Amino acid sequence: MTVKTAKTLEELGIQLDAEGFLVNPDDWTPEIAEIIAREEGIELTDRHWEVINFVRTYYEEHGEPPTLRAITKRGGIPTKELYQLFPKGPAKKVARIAGLGKPKGCI
Amino acid sequence: MSEERKLAIIVSKGSLDMAYPGLVLANAARMLGIEVKLFFTFWGLDVINKKTVDHLKVAPVGNPAMHMPQLAGVLPGATDLATTMLKKRMEEMDLPPVSEFLEMIDDAGAEIYACRMAVDMMGLTKDDLVPQVKDIVGAMEFLEMAEGAQIIFI
Repeated sequence: MTVKTAKTLEELGIQLDAEGFLVNPDDWTPEIAEIIAREEGIELTDRHWEVINFVRTYYEEHGEPPTLRAITKRGGIPTKELYQLFPKGPAKKVARIAGLGKPKGCI
Repeated sequence: MSEERKLAIIVSKGSLDMAYPGLVLANAARMLGIEVKLFFTFWGLDVINKKTVDHLKVAPVGNPAMHMPQLAGVLPGATDLATTMLKKRMEEMDLPPVSEFLEMIDDAGAEIYACRMAVDMMGLTKDDLVPQVKDIVGAMEFLEMAEGAQIIFI
């Protein structure tokens, strides 16, 4: 049986900043999300993708990432579930996986 | 983010402008994966009291940050006006009302405790408090639970 080796971000030529966020959000692809999620120990499910797609769409429309409150309120993902999907610090994990910069919002 | 990091927030004031800092900090900490425990004591109990949670006010008197003459603050309706203005501004900034904020930080995994002495002093029971209150504990018990945590007193 041959195991397909997943490409690393380096091989894809993706630049990260010192904290592991994508330098250029436009570099993002679903494949990159899978790679970063794996680094974070998260196996992406449909529900994760709902969050990621909401965040990406919001970013494209507003030019900035949504706050977690916007994800729960407008994205329809309850707070509890968001913390289960992206455990131990959802703010940074969601932003990293969705290929956006470090979140600045306070809420 | 260090998984070890812990925060203990003591909320001792019950005005609207003193309730939010603790709630915002608790929520921010949870968003970063920091463990959070909140201890509501003295007037801070108003923030988790079912009767008062949705009626917290900001007092213009004795509050230089309101940037208005102190005398104007004692006029009838001044407190309500200041409160309405602040609430409107907070809504624009996407800050939830206090009761919803408590729900949110509870869902986010912050633990909410009421001070035993303050509860007794004000003649309250657990039923008087919002359902997110995990327990009523004494000061010593809270400090034991907060061992190793950074403590913020508001």
